[in-house]
Amino acid sequence: MWQYVSGVISLGLIYVIATVGLAVFTGFTGLFSLGHAAFFAIGAYTAAILTYFYGFNFYVALALGGCAGGLVGFLIGYPTLKAKLRTDYFAIATLGFGEAIRVLLENLPITQGARGLPGIRGETNLPVLLVCTTLVIWMAWNLIHSRHGRACIAIREDFVAAEMMGVNIFIGRLRSLVFSAFCAGLAGGLFAHYFCFIQPSMFTSYMSTQMTAAVVAGGMGSISGPVIATLIFIGIPEALRVANIWRLVAYGLMLVLIMVFRPQGLMGYQELSLGLVKSWYRRLWKGGRA
Amino acid sequence: MIGDTEASPVLAMREVTKRFGGITACKDITFDVAQGQVMGLIGPNGAGKTTAFNLITGVYGLTEGAILLEGKAITGKRPDLIVRLGIARTFQNIRLFRNLSVLDNVVIALDCHETYLLTSSFMRLPGVRRRERAIHEQAMFFLASVGLEDKAATRADAMPYGLQRKLEIARALALKPRLLLLDEPAAGMNPEESLDLARLIRTIHEQFKLTTLLIEHHMDVVMALCERIFVMNFGEKLAEGSADEIQHDPDVLKAYLGEGFKRAQHI
Repeated sequence: MWQYVSGVISLGLIYVIATVGLAVFTGFTGLFSLGHAAFFAIGAYTAAILTYFYGFNFYVALALGGCAGGLVGFLIGYPTLKAKLRTDYFAIATLGFGEAIRVLLENLPITQGARGLPGIRGETNLPVLLVCTTLVIWMAWNLIHSRHGRACIAIREDFVAAEMMGVNIFIGRLRSLVFSAFCAGLAGGLFAHYFCFIQPSMFTSYMSTQMTAAVVAGGMGSISGPVIATLIFIGIPEALRVANIWRLVAYGLMLVLIMVFRPQGLMGYQELSLGLVKSWYRRLWKGGRA
Repeated sequence: MIGDTEASPVLAMREVTKRFGGITACKDITFDVAQGQVMGLIGPNGAGKTTAFNLITGVYGLTEGAILLEGKAITGKRPDLIVRLGIARTFQNIRLFRNLSVLDNVVIALDCHETYLLTSSFMRLPGVRRRERAIHEQAMFFLASVGLEDKAATRADAMPYGLQRKLEIARALALKPRLLLLDEPAAGMNPEESLDLARLIRTIHEQFKLTTLLIEHHMDVVMALCERIFVMNFGEKLAEGSADEIQHDPDVLKAYLGEGFKRAQHI
């Protein structure tokens, strides 16, 4: 039983790492991406190839996987963000990019195409995941509470006004994309070394959509919101596994309910904090008495 | 003349022309704003006043001419670089960071002069923490200068219109500019509120010794604040002079102020 529970938690944490990065990009910088699975895949393949074919140390491979994701983020972000594509056009561009990467992975010799890479060393475990998750959340929190993060928030709020505050919109957006691509790449490396097997069909646009859905449902402009949403999105389908095919309906219903009752997302622009929990408790308590 | 920093005005417009296709929004606009001066830019709607602001701040590129800030050409520079060189503006239609707190709005402006590195941001090194404390203290100072210190934690869009205007001015001040551009700060205000705002602008001007270029339709505000006035009509210069001269200029009376215009009272 513990094996199963720890498996669900591990998968949840892997997705949390990727989603926190995406939260910085979508939630705080205000750009939508439908291709983050590609950065995830690039991180997964880079790390896996390094340990599988070249016998690299796991941690070095993880870091390089993250860097590979970040580098590709830079390469795709430079032309698209420089062109000041409107945010919806940018989303389409990332959708195409995501598919292109998947097709590329299916046809390169080193990735062994659609057969995938079986027998990757299983080095990802719960402690490693907990450390990585904590590190990524800490870095993201520090970022958005610094001048670099505030510049991103200003861009999301009103990019004309942001420019008049001396913010370089292109650099702000690019920086945020590279950070989120790094996080996705790191998560990919952890994913590959957790399941010990990867193939291109794992990294479809469904995965990208799921990550973006978690950010939107969790709350744009919050880190804790998307983290909670991710854990729910991973946890509930698992808990409902007995319900078989209906769990996908439950998943969709959950999304609809969040959008109807909390259009600003679970956490809105807030973070989960002791003060907030206290105020909820007070409201609940008062409501109970009245 | 040009390049001699001592004599050069804070802002110099030199035959600035902007054409959008066949329409000439600004034609051969030439004027100076001297150090410490409050200059008014007035004219009917569509005269090209806001276009002039957009040209100065780099939102639009010039078709012809040059714009100099303290003797140095800023023509063709990116808007965010022009801000860093020392030009701040407010917007005709308020553009605050609506979902953020009043304090954060000002903090983002102050960030413009911060230099700590991205790597130290990620690790939140002690130096970053020190700078963050200093920035937040400074932000409170700028809020206090427009009387918003008790609203620091309020969401920007939860404030009434008049206070949002003041916040926009505080945010522009926090950029520590050499030249402040105010685009219709009293728009949508009643006479009493607009005089209150004029008093605030005057206090700020005295406190920060700030060179200011002001677009405004409330003539009592313009006449009370501006030492010099530049009048535009159909993208061209109509007149330039002191408040007194402008009020008695027959062309200005005919095109904009109206024949029956009465001298504004002083505040």
